Amino acid sequence: MKVLVTVTDVAVVDDEFEIDGLDVDDRYLSYELNEWDDYAVEEAVQIAEDGADVEVVTVTVGPERSEETIRKALAKGADRAVRVWDDAIAGRDLLDAETKAELLAAVAREEDPDLILSGVQSGDDSFAATGVTLAEKLGEEWAAVVNHFELEEGVASVHRELEGGVEELTDVELPAVLTIQTGINEPRYASLRGIRQAQNKPLDVQTLGDLGLDESALETPLRWTATYEPEAEGEATVFEGGVDETAGELAAVLREAGVGQ
Amino acid sequence: MTVLAVAEHRRGELRDVSHELAGAGRELADATDSELHLAVVSGDAASFGDELVREGVDAVHTVDYGEEFNHDVYVQAVEQLADGLEPDYLLLPHTVNGLDYAPAVAERLGLPIVTDAVGMDADGALEVTREMYGSKVETTIEVESERAVVTLRPAEWPQPPKGGDAPVEPFDASIDESAVRSTVTGFEEVAGGDVDISEADVLVSVGRGIEEEDNLDIVWDLAEALDATVSASRPVVDSGWLPKNRQVGQSGKVVTPDVYIAIGISGAVQHVAGMKGADTVIAINTDPNAPIFDIADYGIVDDLFDVVPALTEQFGG
Repeated sequence: MKVLVTVTDVAVVDDEFEIDGLDVDDRYLSYELNEWDDYAVEEAVQIAEDGADVEVVTVTVGPERSEETIRKALAKGADRAVRVWDDAIAGRDLLDAETKAELLAAVAREEDPDLILSGVQSGDDSFAATGVTLAEKLGEEWAAVVNHFELEEGVASVHRELEGGVEELTDVELPAVLTIQTGINEPRYASLRGIRQAQNKPLDVQTLGDLGLDESALETPLRWTATYEPEAEGEATVFEGGVDETAGELAAVLREAGVGQ
Repeated sequence: MTVLAVAEHRRGELRDVSHELAGAGRELADATDSELHLAVVSGDAASFGDELVREGVDAVHTVDYGEEFNHDVYVQAVEQLADGLEPDYLLLPHTVNGLDYAPAVAERLGLPIVTDAVGMDADGALEVTREMYGSKVETTIEVESERAVVTLRPAEWPQPPKGGDAPVEPFDASIDESAVRSTVTGFEEVAGGDVDISEADVLVSVGRGIEEEDNLDIVWDLAEALDATVSASRPVVDSGWLPKNRQVGQSGKVVTPDVYIAIGISGAVQHVAGMKGADTVIAINTDPNAPIFDIADYGIVDDLFDVVPALTEQFGG
């Protein structure tokens, strides 16, 4: 059995930042394994540990920088990785869900996995559409926002986390794409041994040409036109000063509201 | 020209976002000189259809097939509705079920999709406003094609007033059952248990800023001193430090206490959806730009590990 996991390294913005052109200035960005993908990787690794002969392959659309993140997924137990990148992709402001799914689909067709796990969304642009678009491109079934699943003969029995503390129980035919919600498991930390081993695991870089695609795969009618800080809507009274002072003022507010009497 | 919005229902009830889609749809239809059509698929479609008739709605289409949401049925039904009505803009909800079919509909129709819209401007090409980096920035995306699928964030658009006289017409979708390869087998309530945070008058709510499970002690101490109930945002529950029945937010509970103290909670939209009805919101967070301060009445921008024990002390704890 083969499980393909989509892995993104997401940009995280510092508390204080400036915008440069269309994006946050690179000085205020750091990159990490997307939180949702961390849970997806863990889920795949657990399948591999519970079953015989399961291969876990990660696929990432990202520049060389993202190899640090990819190695983290390998250190946690994935067997090998594919990274898709191309100068033509680097020249793009916006990598929308459809374009990303097009690239991932090309890899999925080559790998032909039995199951694809994808995070519900990425923590930076939060489109939350890549996994389901990928499934539709592959003509496969899918389930979005999964917080529990079990695999049986040709079927994934999933729990989808709906709003308001309700889960939907659904059976989907395999092969399928499941988009994984946070909290589905407890992602492990990579062990020192895992980190060492990850350095020697295969990490294969594929260009558009390698995947049998050309620049038309990147065409989209969507243009990223502006980025700005939203106007603060708040009218909060912010207490300032040392902690004894601020805690005292807050305590007065609470007593006024009848709390702790 | 036509704007088509697809309603959402669950377990016999139309969800609020359905009417918000109508509100947003009317604005977009006015800006583009279009008609606004709504559609509802599955469930008691005829009666949902009647409920969807509101001011500004030009027509409602009902697809009578099955009871609950099934993405394979929705994708087929909405594809056929779009083929028949040829809408320029297809508005779908950015909900858990919306995420489960909107991207597939867009892909099948060959249309671009922009998700989680919080604003739309159709004065010229459609420009969609959405947030990035956990609400730290807003961005605009321009749609250069004439047609598109847009998913709308719930609770961002007003619901149109009741009234109107739009016709409610059954739409005859032909659902290919061999293409329905998923089956919804049931529902489960997961937030039960001994504590009902939605009944609490005072909530001391803790988020990612608490960093480690052992640190929760200072939060319990404060709650005890204030005679309050402890609740949490998603990351704390995801980590297994508190049970699901303590989770405030979209996928947890909606709470409306007199006082809500948010400790180390950034205030992501999914969290705010669950607590914005609190009378008084107090935020303690090191990040002065955290979105929680947008809805807080009082705040302290400081380290929670200093502030929380000091506050507990104020109440003799």
